[in-house]
Amino acid sequence: MVTWKQICQLDDIPRLGTRVVRSVAGNVAVFRNGEDQVFALHDKCPHRGGPLSQGIVAGSVVTCPLHSWKIGLENGEAMAPDKGCAHRFSVKIEGSSVWLQID
Amino acid sequence: MKKQKLVMVGNGMAGCRTLEELLKLAPDMYDVTVFGAEPHPNYNRILLSPVLAGEMTLQDIVLNDLDWYKHNDITLHVGKKVTNIDRIKRRVIAEDGTVADYDRLLLATGSMPFILPVQGKDLPGVIAYRDIADTEAMIEATRHLRHAVVIGAGLLGLEAANGLKLRGMDVTVVHVADWIMERQLDKPAADLLMKSLEAKGLKFALGKQTSELIKGESGRVAAVRFKDGDAIPAELVVMAVGIRPNFELAEKSGIYSNRGIVVNDTMQTYDPRIYAVGECAAHRGVAYGLVAPLFEQAKVCANHLSQFGIGRYQGSVTSTKLKVTGIDVFSAGNFMGGEDCDEIVLNDPAGGVYKKLVLKGNQLVGAVLYGDTADGAWYFQLLRDKQSVREIRDHLMFGQNHVGDVGHAGQSKAASMPDEAEVCGCNGVCKGSIVKAIKEHGLFTVDDVRKHTKASSSCGSCTGLVEQILASTVGGAYQPAESKDKPVCGCTERSHGEARKAIREHKLLTIPAVMHFLEWKTPNGCASCRPALNYYLISTWPHEALDDPQSRFINERAHANIQKDGTFSVVPRMWGGLTTPTELRTIADVAEKYQVPTVKMTGGARIDLLGIKKEDLPFVWADLGSAGMVSGHAYGKSIRTVKTCVGAEHCRFGTQRSMAMGVKLERMLFGMWSPHKVKLAVSGCPRNCAEAGIKDIGVIGIDSGYEIYVAGNGGIKTEVAQFLCKVKDDDEVQEYAGAFLQIYREEGFYLERTCHYVARVGLDHVKKHVVEDTENRKRLHERLLFALQGYEDPWRAAVEKAAVRREYQILEVA
Ligand code: SRM
Ligand SMILES: Cc1cc2nc3c(=O)[nH]c(=O)nc-3n(C[C@H](O)[C@H](O)[C@H](O)COP(=O)(O)OP(=O)(O)OC[C@H]3O[C@@H](n4cnc5c(N)ncnc54)[C@H](O)[C@@H]3O)c2cc1C
Ligand code: SF4
Ligand code: FES
Repeated sequence: MVTWKQICQLDDIPRLGTRVVRSVAGNVAVFRNGEDQVFALHDKCPHRGGPLSQGIVAGSVVTCPLHSWKIGLENGEAMAPDKGCAHRFSVKIEGSSVWLQID
Repeated sequence: MKKQKLVMVGNGMAGCRTLEELLKLAPDMYDVTVFGAEPHPNYNRILLSPVLAGEMTLQDIVLNDLDWYKHNDITLHVGKKVTNIDRIKRRVIAEDGTVADYDRLLLATGSMPFILPVQGKDLPGVIAYRDIADTEAMIEATRHLRHAVVIGAGLLGLEAANGLKLRGMDVTVVHVADWIMERQLDKPAADLLMKSLEAKGLKFALGKQTSELIKGESGRVAAVRFKDGDAIPAELVVMAVGIRPNFELAEKSGIYSNRGIVVNDTMQTYDPRIYAVGECAAHRGVAYGLVAPLFEQAKVCANHLSQFGIGRYQGSVTSTKLKVTGIDVFSAGNFMGGEDCDEIVLNDPAGGVYKKLVLKGNQLVGAVLYGDTADGAWYFQLLRDKQSVREIRDHLMFGQNHVGDVGHAGQSKAASMPDEAEVCGCNGVCKGSIVKAIKEHGLFTVDDVRKHTKASSSCGSCTGLVEQILASTVGGAYQPAESKDKPVCGCTERSHGEARKAIREHKLLTIPAVMHFLEWKTPNGCASCRPALNYYLISTWPHEALDDPQSRFINERAHANIQKDGTFSVVPRMWGGLTTPTELRTIADVAEKYQVPTVKMTGGARIDLLGIKKEDLPFVWADLGSAGMVSGHAYGKSIRTVKTCVGAEHCRFGTQRSMAMGVKLERMLFGMWSPHKVKLAVSGCPRNCAEAGIKDIGVIGIDSGYEIYVAGNGGIKTEVAQFLCKVKDDDEVQEYAGAFLQIYREEGFYLERTCHYVARVGLDHVKKHVVEDTENRKRLHERLLFALQGYEDPWRAAVEKAAVRREYQILEVA
């Protein structure tokens, strides 16, 4: 079943930073970019499962902390020449709260 | 806004590279139209040689296929030669009448092979070696003809001869000079080269001047006659006697040309709307004939076309490699020497190795290598950077040992390595896959190879080998990474030095301020540049600049080391390697309480607790903190450990109290961030049980005080520390060590260990500022102490401050 859950306030996520949400679907990394947009990906790098939440966020890309793959925040796709995809979750901001859709 | 029109004449390597660079910078600025006289999209001309040799096919060498032009909305006219430029109406006209208007025009017409003005030069069977058509004609000739003569024993001539021979022809190379490749090699190297080419079956006629090409009964060429009257049979004659910049079209249109289309440092011709790049351009009187400089020109030209306006082309030093499989030749700079020059020569004809280095004063100005070219890239870099080699002069000839590091021992000849040989031990990449990627994707730089294959992207110790493979695959076209002026990363054109300077001179205090000031191309940089800028800020403006946790690698952000499974390791500091029963007991308790799976002694003489969950870190630290333990910074570009031996406190040989000295140093340096990690060691006597010889700073007790060594490294590539000076007591050790570290902190580039920093600036520079200039030493030391003032243990901060603790907390959803 698809449900929206309120997870935190926008300010709980540092700008160009991440928070980890524990959910039934596993850990989810919720990112905030320089323009205060939020994105959510399964916290597992398509390369060897590194925790993307621990990477450095720049533009709309996170660099995995383990072997520096670059993963697009919008779609979870690895940047060329690497190939792979991290599962994407829907997130939205309402007022100052951040909501995550867990499926 | 309406797009401007850019027209490019000449669809070759330099022009297309300019377009590629332009599309990266300003993809939507121009409507682009391209005219190419050849009936092909842009291909890698360099690889015509492997095609002729039968090692590759024509399909393999296309660089930009038709889809590329389509995808980028480029109007492409292949097989159309431009014959007129109407500069008043601003349009170009092609042979078939096609017209294109321009706002900006780019001329990239390359060059024309020079044809000897001898009788018979127009006979069928006489060709040059320049393009696909020539190559096809040669391949066709090898099918039914026997005798080939190549006139000219330069790079091109030898590669042509080698290819024809491999395809079964009987080949003679004719050359006017007394030795082959006389513009790239001295005689001893050329003799060795000729010997190995002769072993492959090539014949040579040296010191011969061609007077006439003789027509045979079939109407084709049949023989070559020389001035001395001799003649040899030839059904195919390849002229490879040089090239002439192709500026006919420009000159005819009134654009000033003199041995090439004359351009300034921004690649503009005398008509500022018209640019020229590539072999057709004459910059400061030089027209280049190798692609590495042309690609530099392309970059600058694109920069101006996109109106960034910061690049300047200032000319290039070039190097040469011959692409004949199994033969290694390298040459660069002034390899003949001459007045005021010294030569260092290694000559082993039986072993097939010859090396000559030419020095002028303290600089390397030229190099010729035959047989073993592993260090070519390194010499080339020294030469281009005009670096002083005074201190390394005595072992300069023996090379950088770049290749032959961990995992690659004994392997130094890239060209002769088998395809299955592993090159990159970290990522398991073998030579074959590197060569394949270079050919398939048309790669020219180590960076590109790194991106596509991962080779040398981890520890980097195989970088030299990868450069070698690149060089032997693409010839002189490879561009060795520049150590000094290389841009920080793809987000900017600025180098590390420029970024440091701007931060200092304009008192920039935040990363956005630096990016704004230096016109970064990306909104918030990337994982490479942000950590570097963050370090430059906090080291230049301590207590003032903003330290941005989001611009630090996770280890520094979380003050622990991330592991492959996402857990962390915790290494509490043990000052000078000393511990106490209470500390040990506390560590044992923590290990049990948090079920730490692995407890290990580190190579840095302290204890590592591995496998701790991130959310547990603040609790672990709170427990360790209760026994007075603080962060060991085993994770940072920072002070790591000061290793000590027992010293005069206990040892029967000890001359100085090394444990006490080590503890003092480690306490002094606590909380120091640096370009890369910093490790020290203090030994109580020259037996040196603390291994001070491979540390960033090594201190060795002697009867009269201490000896200080700097810039050692025990990691990827072992470097023995160099002697800095002798000092008399503990206070002086602290002052000299502090001053050395501060100059490194102020001048080092991010991720440069002290050994790399000192190799770049020279030990003399360090001695001058740290040893000889007392006042300066004291000031440096004071600046270090100032920066470290009030540093708070980051573990304690995470325990005590809610805002910091947030980093470690997981959000739960119901
Ligand atoms: C824990 C330890 C190995 C051990 O179990 O003994 C270790 C572990 C790591 N080393 Fe090391 N090094 C350890 C001592 C060393 C030593 C020996 C020493 O310090 O006396 C060296 C060679 C000496 C030197 O640095 O000059 C060493 C040379 C390296 C290098 C190569 C550095 C270089 O400049 O060549 C790296 C890679 C890097 O830093 O880029 C590295 C990187 C690493 C990293 C941080 C890899 C990483 O980026 O994740 C490892 C973290 C493991 C982990 O998950 O915690 N480690 N490493 C040692 C911790 C020492 C400490 O107490 O702080
Ligand atoms: C066999 C061979 C091997 C080589 N090996 C190496 C090597 O190992 N390393 C290295 O660095 N360099 C090597 N080179 C040199 C290198 O290929 C050239 O330096 C490089 O290709 C020059 O690029 P360019 O764009 O200036 O000229 P080109 O690549 O020659 O492109 C110019 C193009 O413009 C077209 N043109 C000219 N006039 C007109 C006109 N009026 N209208 C329309 N089109 C026109 C030409 O047909 C041509 O296609 C080699 C060259 C050859 C031939
Ligand atoms: S601890 Fe050091 S040597 Fe061992 S695997 Fe990790 S980086 Fe390599
Ligand atoms: S696990 Fe992410 S890059 Fe390897």
